[in-house]
This record gives sequence, C-alpha cells and structure tokens, in this order.
Amino acid sequence: MNELSGGFADPAIESAIAFRAILKVTARPGRVETLTGHSGPAPISSAAAAVLLVLVDRTTPLHLAGDHDNPALRQWIAFHCGAPVVAAEEAVFALGSWAALTPLDRFAIGTPEYPDRAATLIVDGHDFDAKPAELRGPGIKGKAKLALPERKAFIANRARFPLGWDTFFCGGDRLAALPRSTEVR
Amino acid sequence: MTDQAYNFAYLDEDTKRMIRRAILKGLAVPGYQVPFASREMPMPYGWGTGGVQVTAATLRPDDVLKVLDQGADDTTNAVSIRKFFQRTASVATTESTGGATVIQTRHRIPETPLTEDQILVYQVPIPEPMRFLEPRETETRRIHALADYGLMQVRLYEDIARHGEIATSYAYPVEVAGRYVMDPSPIPKFDNPKMSDCPAIQLFGAGREQRIYAVPPYTQVVSLDFDDHPFVASKAEHECAICGSGDSYLDEVITDDAGGRMFVCSDTDYCARRAEGGAA
Ligand SMILES: [Zn+2]
Repeated sequence: MNELSGGFADPAIESAIAFRAILKVTARPGRVETLTGHSGPAPISSAAAAVLLVLVDRTTPLHLAGDHDNPALRQWIAFHCGAPVVAAEEAVFALGSWAALTPLDRFAIGTPEYPDRAATLIVDGHDFDAKPAELRGPGIKGKAKLALPERKAFIANRARFPLGWDTFFCGGDRLAALPRSTEVR
Repeated sequence: MTDQAYNFAYLDEDTKRMIRRAILKGLAVPGYQVPFASREMPMPYGWGTGGVQVTAATLRPDDVLKVLDQGADDTTNAVSIRKFFQRTASVATTESTGGATVIQTRHRIPETPLTEDQILVYQVPIPEPMRFLEPRETETRRIHALADYGLMQVRLYEDIARHGEIATSYAYPVEVAGRYVMDPSPIPKFDNPKMSDCPAIQLFGAGREQRIYAVPPYTQVVSLDFDDHPFVASKAEHECAICGSGDSYLDEVITDDAGGRMFVCSDTDYCARRAEGGAA
C-alpha cells in the first residue's frame, strides 16, 4: 500500500454508496453509520477519508487543523480531491480533531441571504463512547442521543439558526452528523 | 444493462458531488432553497430535470426506483424517467410504493404511508413560493432572510376576502420547522399533511430554476392558515368507484359521451392494491 492508496477503486459506485450513509446521518442526527474500505495517511480515519472522497473537490477549499495538517495527508488530498488547503476563515470544509478545530468562530456560518455558504466541520478521532448529549429537532423522532466533545458550542451554534456551521463526527469507520438545526441539551 | 457510454446515473462525479453538497446543506437548513448549477439533461426542463438530477446524485445501485406522475406510473413522463435510470444506473424499478427505496414524484405524494427506509424526490417547476407576489430574486432572498412573510399572508387573506375561503388548491405554501416558507411543488393541498412528521427523507429539485431544498424526516411542516380560516386538506366528497376508498385523493374521470363521470383514486398503485386485496 503506497501513500496515495485508499481512494475509491470504482468512484461512481463507491461514492454513491458512501453518500447514502452521509445522507442518512445528516437527515437523522444521532444515527451512527459505518463507512468501510477507505483509508488515507494518519491520522485521518477511514470514515473521514470517505467523507472527503465523496464531498470535497477542487471547488471546495479545505482547512486542515492540527495533526491533520501534515505532508502525507496534504499529498493524499491533492491527489484524490484536489482541494486547495486554506485558512479556517476561507474553508468550505475543515478537518481535524475537535481540539484542533477550535476556536470555532473562525469558520463561515453563511449569510442571512445565503445560509448555505457555511463551513462543514469534519471532526476526526471522535470518541463515540463519550457522554451522550440529548438531541431534538428536524430528523429526530422525539429525541436522540449522540456523544459530543462538548455541548456549549453546539447550543450556541443552534441559537443563531439558520446561520451556523454543520458537523460530521468521524472515528474509525464510524460516522455521525450534527447539522446546525439540531437542538442540543 | 448499464449503458457504458455513461457514468453511473448519467451525471459526472464533479456534478454529483456538487448536488450532494447542496442536498446536505438543504437538510441542515430545512425549507431553504440552496442554489446549484443545474446541468443539461437529455430531456426537456418540463420533464423534471431537477428531480432527475437529485435522484441521480442519490441513487445506489441496489435501489428500487418508483416514478410517480400525477398518481400514475404509466404516463410518458414517468416511463421515460424510469427507463432513463434503468439504462444509466441499472437500478430495479417498481410501481409499488411499499417496494420502492427511492420515489421520484410529480404532483402527488403516495397514499401509502412512507417509511424510514425511503427517499421521496419531488420534481419542482417553481421553487420560490413568493415568486408570483414578488418577481425580484433579490427581494425574495431578503424576505426569506428576515422571515418577513407578511406578503404571503396578505395573498391568502385576499383569497378569503374574494372567495370566502383560501382558493389555492395546489402548491399550497407551507412553513418548515418553524422557519422557512416553502413551495411543496404542485401537489394538491390534500397531500400537504403527509409532508409533516414524515419518516422518509424528502428532497426537492428545480432544474430550470437551479434550486435544491429538503425536509428531513420527522420535521414539522405546517400549511399556512388563519385562526378564523384553518387549513383544510380538502378532496372531492366521494368514494373511489373502483376500490371504495373514502380517504384517498380522487380524480374525476369522464366515462362516456353522455357526460357520465366517476371519481377514482389518483394514486393508481394504492387503488389497484385495495381493489385486489379488499381493504388495503
Ligand atoms: Zn381507488
């Protein structure tokens, strides 16, 4: 296995299958899906590698935070995604551990006319066994639970809806999402 | 057999990525219209190119696709879209609502309740609910940004003043998750309540107008109304002449030259199942 391996062998089919897992977790906050068969250089998880392969390309500037900003991963991203690596403020996607992604006020939250112009955070190395928070809102029947690195940042992010960033959590081959519409308790 | 001249589901990977990103932002901001760069499709705009692009970016090879057009699966439009995806994505197809994993629709929501395992893709001609009240895009953006929907309330109230009730019977505006006012596409208002608290994912694609929007599962979708004129999901006051259903949406059909007429279910799959198996 060389440094650039781990992409999609059959991009159209594999990205279609991986996208449905991404769609499902976004539409149903709290759900955890597995994304297997993808890999990139450390420390990126296979789930985060799949999210990059499905969603990121040369039109979506990417911020790499902390340990995720390393030459091997930059090279892998350049080869598979072609995304320009940029500062947090210019990022459409941002990849890193939760600690490395803070402070979060650097990321785009969209504008009142274009709330879609907001960053998507890909929180890697997520601990799915951490203390779960209670979630409510669109996509959730009643309430759901999901381990979060903290609650305060998500409560503040929800308070400015429809503005705000959206989040994926990746750890190993596991994937979950917390769109800005979700209420965290 | 997949036609090898095409990528899976026809669209190239760059286009699918762009559409997929728009779908996800649409789910994150329910009811908000996300702009996207609509592609030329091998069919005219009136044939649901927006819905086709959303379906193409959503399909997996193991999906079972149903295409519903005004309640029927056998219209020219439905047949051609179904064939398009059989050819370009090799997906299985069905006319059964319960047997489908992805349903692309124009003008109806199936009568059979949808499930968590399903995605409903709407073909949308005009995504902007304020378009006929305010033609300027900059102005409708401002209205949505400020949630300043008074103009829509005025229009509906003028209906009441003129007709004694809200006369709008198709594309009846809804409020999604307490924030955005959204056009539900030209479904009869009878179908509006099915959008609310629905277990399925609902995606909307407008090709010519280049907009994608979404309603996540279990999201509140409320038809706009007034305390003194509550919303009524009305239908013809008849039972289906074929299956006897008293609570499905009915089409009036002319039966003979002498002006004979009857009412039958608009949803032909629902009606056929009831007629076959007694009460469905
Ligand atoms: Zn019937």
